[in-house]
Amino acid sequence: MTSPILLAIEDLTVSFDGFKAVDGLNLYVERNEVRVVIGPNGAGKTTLLDLICGKTKASAGSIKFKDTELTRLVEHDIVKAGVGRKFQTPSIYENLTVRENLELSYPKGRNVFGSLFFKVTDEVNARVLAVAEDIFLSDRLDTSAGLLSHGQKQWLEIGMLLIQDPELLMLDEPVAGMSVSEREATAELLGRISQNRSVIVIEHDMDFVKDIAHRVTVLHQGRLLAEGKMDEVQANEKVIEVYLGH
Amino acid sequence: MDKWIAAFGGRQRLLQLLALAVLLMVILPLTLDIFRLNLVGKYLTYAFVAVGLVLCWGYGGILSLGQGVFFGIGGYCMAMFLKLEASSPENTAIQSTPGIPDFMDWNQITELPLGWIPFHSLTLTILLIMTVPALFAFLIGAAMFKRRVGGVYFAIITQAIASIATILIIGQQGYTGGINGITDLRTLLGWDIRPDSAKYLLYFLCCILLIACLLVGQFVLNSRYGKLLIAMRDQEDRVRFSGYDVANIKIFVFALAGVFSALGGAMFALQVGFMSPSFVGTVASIEMVIFCAVGGRLSLIGAVYGALLVNLAKTLLSESFPQLWIVFMGALFIGVVLLFPQGLAGIYEDYVRPQVAKLFSRKSNAESQGDKAVAQEAR
Repeated sequence: MTSPILLAIEDLTVSFDGFKAVDGLNLYVERNEVRVVIGPNGAGKTTLLDLICGKTKASAGSIKFKDTELTRLVEHDIVKAGVGRKFQTPSIYENLTVRENLELSYPKGRNVFGSLFFKVTDEVNARVLAVAEDIFLSDRLDTSAGLLSHGQKQWLEIGMLLIQDPELLMLDEPVAGMSVSEREATAELLGRISQNRSVIVIEHDMDFVKDIAHRVTVLHQGRLLAEGKMDEVQANEKVIEVYLGH
Repeated sequence: MDKWIAAFGGRQRLLQLLALAVLLMVILPLTLDIFRLNLVGKYLTYAFVAVGLVLCWGYGGILSLGQGVFFGIGGYCMAMFLKLEASSPENTAIQSTPGIPDFMDWNQITELPLGWIPFHSLTLTILLIMTVPALFAFLIGAAMFKRRVGGVYFAIITQAIASIATILIIGQQGYTGGINGITDLRTLLGWDIRPDSAKYLLYFLCCILLIACLLVGQFVLNSRYGKLLIAMRDQEDRVRFSGYDVANIKIFVFALAGVFSALGGAMFALQVGFMSPSFVGTVASIEMVIFCAVGGRLSLIGAVYGALLVNLAKTLLSESFPQLWIVFMGALFIGVVLLFPQGLAGIYEDYVRPQVAKLFSRKSNAESQGDKAVAQEAR
């Protein structure tokens, strides 16, 4: 019997020279859940993702992913454990083609000699094509990634994570800077990719949050302010005061 | 067959390599006298370093200002072997301790130092020429890259290492030959390396080794690892958070560049007949970067032309204006970086290739389209 909890964060604290960006946070994410984290600037949302993926080391507390304690792992081992993270500004390899971007993200041949003698097999190819289809880029496979539009770059980075098939996917503002139609496509994409994995999304766009969120967590000054369904959170007095009100 | 062509950079690249091989191994030997050809051979030993820098700096984004150290390791290993052979007890009978290199005798050393003993064997020497730089690069790389030291900081540290190496070599005169270096090298397994016939042979050996390095480089760049280098240069965090250990990727390319440089150094000692600390230090190391930048830091073959042309200019100019040379070199570097960041290779791709393509376009349209795809890939 597997536990319904995929990610358990307990008493998580990180302090930068005394300033606590995340302060005694408890957060539980279930399997197949789409969790959206909202909150005003400086609430510690991005820091939270940094802590989970190992970019920032926690000062105290625990992050348990399935049975693995992530705070003790280095970044690439956290990825191998099944956690994928998309950055706020699209981080893609602009000098490579879309196909190469996806191929490089395919989770094989990740050490030096494995990559020197890596062969693009039919299996890899099929996976690249399938993911490209998912992220609406199948006709741009041989385009240099630097030539994509901003929205397409965001999709490409999501695709680079999808090809690794992570159990936990973390997206930092995936629709920032997207047009309305791109936003709708992204919401649809998120719905599809969250079928058999958990997703944590940081987002400011409330309409988008309403579209995708199963549950919403509100952070404020590094602490948990509220948590629950979107309409519960929206009705919460404290949340209106610090975040939604203005 | 097609699979192999693709693995080594595609038809276009291999043709360019063939053109270089013809220039180096047919045209130059037929047109230059042995003195000039030997000079070209010396320049080609710097090209090994420049080719390594293309991989390490151009693609991997790791600027090393201390490649002279690796050139020196190769050069000194080879020179130590040759020096031991030249210091047979019969040749050195007049010394107070016969059988050791002359400079040791001058420095009151009476026994061959332990570190020199492996260099009695050519097999061991060749092995050491390849492994010592790899190991040394691994140590520096592990110390720096695992701690996420990169960019300018790495460049400065490698520069310091080059400086330390020079000071060490000069200071330990009895063991290294000091500022004079190791001189008066004569034979390789009894075969005299000084006459013209030997110089021809060594020149060809140097060319073949260089082309082998270029092929290895092409193979690396065409593998997934090569793409990974570009990815890491442009978006290091994305590579790290895609499950790669970035430090290991960097260590490997740095070590590979180090081994290439050491091979160049060994060929230098063989062709020029001595090795000295002036090829190890900061100035030599920075010159190597300039050869690479002028040739085009994203072009392995360009780096060879860069090394040849800058050294040719150096020879011509420093004969007439010895003081001005260093200023000119600096100006050349700044000029290339500002105006032609892709170096000679970039100029070739932008201005020469389209003309050539036009000439051949009537011949076969399909072919030039294939070329364009390759050119874009090269970007």
